[in-house]
Amino acid sequence: MGTEMRRENQCEGEKKKEIMRMELESLSENEEFARVAVAMFMSRMDPTMEEIDDVKTAVSEAVTNGVIHGYQGKAGIIYIEVAIEGRELTVTVRDRGVGIQDVKKAMEPMYTTDVTGERSGMGFSFMEAFMDLVEVLSTPGEGTWVTMKKQIGR
Amino acid sequence: MTESAFTYEARGQALVIHLPGELDHHNCRNLRYETDLLLAENYITRLVFDFSKTVFMDSSGIGILLNRYKQMEGSGGKVAIYGAGPRILRVLNIGGIGKLVPCYDSKEAAIEGGGRQMIPGGKLWEQR
Repeated sequence: MGTEMRRENQCEGEKKKEIMRMELESLSENEEFARVAVAMFMSRMDPTMEEIDDVKTAVSEAVTNGVIHGYQGKAGIIYIEVAIEGRELTVTVRDRGVGIQDVKKAMEPMYTTDVTGERSGMGFSFMEAFMDLVEVLSTPGEGTWVTMKKQIGR
Repeated sequence: MTESAFTYEARGQALVIHLPGELDHHNCRNLRYETDLLLAENYITRLVFDFSKTVFMDSSGIGILLNRYKQMEGSGGKVAIYGAGPRILRVLNIGGIGKLVPCYDSKEAAIEGGGRQMIPGGKLWEQR
């Protein structure tokens, strides 16, 4: 299904940084794979069940955004990078899709471009509720870059 | 090609929707079409969502619940939930569903309505 995984160890000062990178096809069936793979990778941080569930939900939101909004249901690649540095988990979800014209507006609770009424418009609110920090960078026509951070085991 | 993630059970004027283990965008895709069809062909005054098998839910689940809630409101019907564990209750509350849709501890209570409801944390409280 076009999944590629790598693991690298880097030495940065004294803190070991571990990184996993994945490239997934932009398909809705990969949303579950993405969140489960991230959960597996972060398990080495000895997180609580609640921390795992929080991260899974946030990853699911970001990947779903890429599939629905970034690539508009068309073919594309979603890039996921997960970094562990000490107690800090950083997840980056990136697409090379259409991008967001107004990031601030897109991040407003309940804001949605969906016309079917089936989407709650709470994707970014959920990422913010379940992670400590969410940063969104987007360039129309080039894609969107979502970076989320969470301290594990506080 | 896509097999439905949902199973439906008719109980008088109530329609019970048994939700899958993972309630995400992928698994929610068919729900609208299926429930619209069932609501058009049957006289339904109560939609009951069964979360007893559900271990994961993201904002896609909130979206479908909100839309069904609005749909039933429009026709004077009601929506209820049962079987939600602590994780699902937490997500429902962050999504604002906790205030709109009552959660029950059993299918029978959810079909009947009123009475004993769940509150976040899984405790019971008596309504009225």
